[in-house]
Amino acid sequence: MAKFDETPILKDPAHNGILSAPNLREHATAEVHCWPSKAKDMLAIDLPAERVPDWQEKMIAKFGELLDKNSALRVYMDICVRCGACTDKCQFFLGTGDPQNFPVARAELMRKVYRRYFTPGGRMFPQLNDAEDLDEAMLQKWYTYFYQCSECRRCSVFCPYGIDTAEITMAAREIMASAGVATKYVTEVVAKVYETGNNLGIPPLAWIDNCEFLEDEMEEETGQRILFPVDDYGADILLVPPSADNFANVDTMIGYGKLFHTLGIRWTTSTYCDEGGNFGLFLNYYNLKKVNKRIIDAARMLNVKTIIWGECGHAWRGAILTPTLNGPMDMFDPPYPYHISQYIVKILRSGALDGKIDKSANDHYRVTYHDPCNTARAGQLLDEPREILRACANNFVEMPADTIREKTYCCGGGGGLLSDEIMPIRMAGGKPRAMAVKHVEANYLATICAICKAQLPEVMKYWDVPTEVGGVIQLLGNALKI
Amino acid sequence: MDSATVIWNLASLFIIGLSYFAGFTFIIGLLVKFIGYMRTPMPLPGVTTPAPTSESGAVGRVIGDLLIFPNLFKADKVLWTGAWIFHVCLGAILFRHLRYFTYPVPRLVLYMEPVALFFGYLFGAAALFLLWRRLALPRSLYISNLPDYFALALLGGIAGSGILVSYWAKVYLVDVKAFILGLLTLHPVAPPQHWLFLLHYGLVLALLLYFPFSKLLHAGGLIFSPSRNQPYQIQKKGKRYVNPWDYPVR
Repeated sequence: MAKFDETPILKDPAHNGILSAPNLREHATAEVHCWPSKAKDMLAIDLPAERVPDWQEKMIAKFGELLDKNSALRVYMDICVRCGACTDKCQFFLGTGDPQNFPVARAELMRKVYRRYFTPGGRMFPQLNDAEDLDEAMLQKWYTYFYQCSECRRCSVFCPYGIDTAEITMAAREIMASAGVATKYVTEVVAKVYETGNNLGIPPLAWIDNCEFLEDEMEEETGQRILFPVDDYGADILLVPPSADNFANVDTMIGYGKLFHTLGIRWTTSTYCDEGGNFGLFLNYYNLKKVNKRIIDAARMLNVKTIIWGECGHAWRGAILTPTLNGPMDMFDPPYPYHISQYIVKILRSGALDGKIDKSANDHYRVTYHDPCNTARAGQLLDEPREILRACANNFVEMPADTIREKTYCCGGGGGLLSDEIMPIRMAGGKPRAMAVKHVEANYLATICAICKAQLPEVMKYWDVPTEVGGVIQLLGNALKI
Repeated sequence: MDSATVIWNLASLFIIGLSYFAGFTFIIGLLVKFIGYMRTPMPLPGVTTPAPTSESGAVGRVIGDLLIFPNLFKADKVLWTGAWIFHVCLGAILFRHLRYFTYPVPRLVLYMEPVALFFGYLFGAAALFLLWRRLALPRSLYISNLPDYFALALLGGIAGSGILVSYWAKVYLVDVKAFILGLLTLHPVAPPQHWLFLLHYGLVLALLLYFPFSKLLHAGGLIFSPSRNQPYQIQKKGKRYVNPWDYPVR
């Protein structure tokens, strides 16, 4: 592979918060790889411990299987005309200039192989039809560039056929996984879920400890006993937050607690499933379903009335799939799935919080909202978070129109990329968001995704944007009069 | 019979045979592809939001996509302009070709006769623009491959020869119509002995043969794009999106 001597991260400035397409820098990120998976994690999640000797046949067979099982893949392999509309839409291209990070170029890595093995033209005349063998070099490109995609779907919004690179990346990763090729970060996280119930590997006792600690802290701060219940059998609501909310983003956890305390609702978390996030989405169907099943099982075990998903982007995408993967959910109260933002909006509109919110508590903040890719482009949650923010903060500003709502940029760490060895990719991918925040001079970047909350503070530091990153419900928690 | 007549008769037979073969390949090829898309399940809901929440809303969204390319408009106004003109002209030209296929010719087809040449030139200009764009923009050049240029060249060649055969080296319309209607009614007659017409017609047959195996499938393929054709599923009691090949996990 060609060597690239410069830094992968482009430093060109933005204009009015918008980055224009950089010049092409071929191979800029060709050497930025995720670490490969460990055998013990692979075995724990029912995948081959290492790359199998007949990987090529295995992968082609799996490719054929998926073409028959997934119409998105089948259609998207055929219908791209390479018009180029997507070429300046991916944050990883904008941040690096590597043309392999064009959504179309990424997908073409897969299409070249598709044409070689699954179309008559490619089988007979590969050179004429831009078809290529699935050889070692191609596998390396797959491994590199399908793990430089955060499955954020921004390209799909601009494609005249709605070609969804996330579907293609997911399929490519599933094909690689079936032959024992995956990354350490994603497989490790899935293995941790089976071991401890959450992505971070927090053992149940530590989870309970954290909740008790929060109760004591809150009592000291407010003089009231705000509960953070765990495994409360028969509670009304099972809250499925991302585990990071009880570890790194405790202010979000406190927000949940204050809200339910104010409403007098009996809620609980579960130590069997204290994780909404689903890294199976970034790997394969089997693990997606298996991780998702824990939520339904936990809700049944605790005999709750309804499940509410917390502030987590891909958890919400997983939530939408829940009735299909592990439904029906008819034993729970509708709507299902139910997102905490939808729940709060319902409460706000019912008037139950009238007079209990002091918006001035957030007056020191100039708030803007970062749409997580999965809630905006997969989960139809565009207006709810904004309605909540307007209800609990006086200074709310929107970033430039091309960077919000369905056109939102990924934080740069989604899709299983939130791993330190690919920091250049993460910082480059986060650049469009950092530039937009800088432009509106917000000092509070609200979002509803744990991955964003882990990634964006590092991005803001790297691009020198002085902004606090936090949850939407954290601001609501600040404003609630307790 | 002299030898020229024998050769022409053989060539006519060949052209007639090729016509049926190309037409058959085109229709069966498209059916196989589209039925394949239709029969392949979409295991999980995969619509890109914000999306309509009803089936009829989703149908409306797809129809909008087919007619005005709203996503492309969001992405690149210049490309949208070129691409939209290209496709509208293509549609108009195909519609005008009904005059070679129908008897009596629909009124509307005759009405557009005065502007037909305009559509032809505009189509050629749009095709040239799309080709120029592929070559001139580094990002487009990087992703363009041989089939992209081939498809444009084929359509451009058809357009050019079509304009010439209609307005310059004119072919006798009655002969063309007799030939086409003969093919359609399964009573084939010899094609007009007009080299430019035969070039135009040959390129069209090449297009028909190539179509089902190429990116030209985007015409119609769009209807099967799950990110666009699904409504956003609001699951209700007793109603859910089912994956037909789902399997249990422990």
